[in-house]
Amino acid sequence: MKILVGVKRVIDYNVRVQINREGTGVVKEGVKMSVNPFDEIAIEEALRIRERGDASEVVAVGIGPSAAQQQLRTALAMGADRALLVETEDELQPLAAARILQKIIERELPELVILGKQAIDDDCNQTGQMLAALWGRPQATFASDLKIADGVATVTREVDSGLETIEVDLPAVVTADLRLNEPRFVKMPDIMKAKRKPLDTLPLTELGVEMPAALEAGVCEPPPKRAGGVKVESVEALIAALKEKGVLA
Amino acid sequence: MSSVLLVAEHDGESLNPATGRALSCAASLGEVDVVVFSSGADAVGTEAAGLEGCTRVRHVTRPENAHPLAATLAPQVVELAADYDYVLAPSTTFGKDLLPRVAALLCVPQVSDIMEVVDPRTFKRPIYAGDVIHTVRVPDGVKVVATVRIASFPAAGSASGPAPVETVSSSAELPSHTRWVGLAASGGDRPDLQSARRVVSGGRGVGSEDNFRVIYSLADRLDAAVGASRAAVDAGFVPNDMQVGQTGKIIAPDLYVAVGISGAIQHLTGIKDAGCIVAINKDGEAPIFEVADIGLVGDLFQILPELESALEGLDA
Repeated sequence: MKILVGVKRVIDYNVRVQINREGTGVVKEGVKMSVNPFDEIAIEEALRIRERGDASEVVAVGIGPSAAQQQLRTALAMGADRALLVETEDELQPLAAARILQKIIERELPELVILGKQAIDDDCNQTGQMLAALWGRPQATFASDLKIADGVATVTREVDSGLETIEVDLPAVVTADLRLNEPRFVKMPDIMKAKRKPLDTLPLTELGVEMPAALEAGVCEPPPKRAGGVKVESVEALIAALKEKGVLA
Repeated sequence: MSSVLLVAEHDGESLNPATGRALSCAASLGEVDVVVFSSGADAVGTEAAGLEGCTRVRHVTRPENAHPLAATLAPQVVELAADYDYVLAPSTTFGKDLLPRVAALLCVPQVSDIMEVVDPRTFKRPIYAGDVIHTVRVPDGVKVVATVRIASFPAAGSASGPAPVETVSSSAELPSHTRWVGLAASGGDRPDLQSARRVVSGGRGVGSEDNFRVIYSLADRLDAAVGASRAAVDAGFVPNDMQVGQTGKIIAPDLYVAVGISGAIQHLTGIKDAGCIVAINKDGEAPIFEVADIGLVGDLFQILPELESALEGLDA
C-alpha cells in the first residue's frame, strides 16, 4: 500500500506573526518557516503504518515555492521514501490545493492520503474534505486514532461531543488531529540520508489543473483588543465585582 | 431577498445550540431555510421552527441520516443547494467536516469561520490562530458556502410563531463507503462546554488529575461546564475534548473562570468572546490578567473553597 502525505510550508508556530505595512498579508521575509504541525503528525502516522508493515511506501507532496523543498526534506528526514513538490509562487486556496492533490493522486494511485486537519496559517480546515469530495472517496477528519485492516480504516475522530468512531473503505482521505501521535525528532544522520532521497519538482503549469474560483483577499488587521479589567484582593471583592457586572444575582 | 440554506446540527433528539448562533448570522444575509437531516427527528425540526430568523424548516428524512456523516450528507445538501444563494453551517466539528465537501462538489471556494458580515459577499475571519483578522470576498456569481464562527454571534431568540416545517424527499445517491460505528460521549451530566453559559477551566497550575476535583466542584456550584488549557490536557489531567483554545474549543460563555491558567495566546484565542473573564492565578504577572475582567492573585487551593462557600446561598 502506498500512502501520500501532504506537507505545507508555513510560518513556524513559535513566531509571533506581524501584519505587513500595506495590510495585505503577514511578513514572511526573514521569518522561520516550518512544516505545518498537523502535517508533521500526518507524516508520522504514515511512517508508523509503514513501520508496522501495513504500507510499503510513503510519498510526501508539497505545493509551494521552490523553498518549500526544505519542508519536504524534513519529511524525508523523518522517514518518507520520496517527495514531490508542485512548484508555484502563487498562494493557493484549499480548493485549488485539493485539485492539485487530486491530479497527483491520479498519477500516484495511493490507497491512503493523510493530511493535517488544517494549516496554521490560513486555518481553513478544508483541503482534506475537498480532496475526498473531488476524488469521490471517504473522508475521516480530525483523526486521533487510525487502524487499518483488510482495506478498511477504522478511525476515531475528535468531535465536539466526544470521540466518534467511523469505518471507511480505502482508498480514503484521513486528516490528522493533535492527539493522533507525537512526531519523532529528526536526527542528524537522518538529515544526511534525506539529502540522497528523491525529491522531484514539477511546475504547476505542467500539471494541467484548471484553477477554480477563489476568494478575493482583502485587508489583514489585528484582532480587536480585549481591555484588561481590575484586580481584586479577596473572594468577597470578587463576588461583589461579579454582582456589579450582573454575572451573579 | 437572498435565500440562505442553513444546515442544522443535532443529535437526533435536540438541536445543537450552535445552530441557533449560526442562524443569527444567516438571518442577516437573507431568508433562512433550516434543513434538518435525520432518520426521523421530528422534535429537532419543531425546535428549529421556533427560532427567530427561521423562515422555513426543511426536513430530509432518510435511514442513512441516522448519524451525521459528511460523505452521506454532502450529496443531499448539494441536491438542495441549487435553490439558494448561501449554504451555511456552524463552524463546529460537524460543520467543518461537512461544508468543505459540499463546497468542493459545488466547485466553489468556502469561507471558514465567519466572525463578521461586512457586506453580503464580504466577511471577516480569523487566521494565524486569531492573531490576524482577514477580510475575504466571495466573487460575484459564485454561491457563498461558509461556516459561521459561533462564538461571534448571539443565539437566535424565540420566534413569535413557529415557521412552517416541510418534508423534502431526497433522491441523491448515497455512498456506502463510510459507516458510523459509535460515539463515546464525554462530559456526563454537566453542561456542554461548547454551549454552556458558564465555564470553569483549569490549567497546569491545578497540578494533577486528582486536584482537578476543585475545578469540578466549583463548576457544579456555578452550574458551569468544565474546560482546561492545553497544558492541563497535555499533562494528562483531563481528556482532550475539554481543551479550550485555538486547537480545542472556541467558546463564548457569559462567565469564564480561568483557574491556574497562565494565558498562552492559543488559549486566549479560544475565550476572547466570553462575556466576563475571571482569572485566578498565583502569578500576578501571568498574561491571563491582561485580558481578564476580574483578576484575583493567590493560591487557587485556598481561593476556590472560599469562593465556593461564599457562593453558597447566592442565586448562582
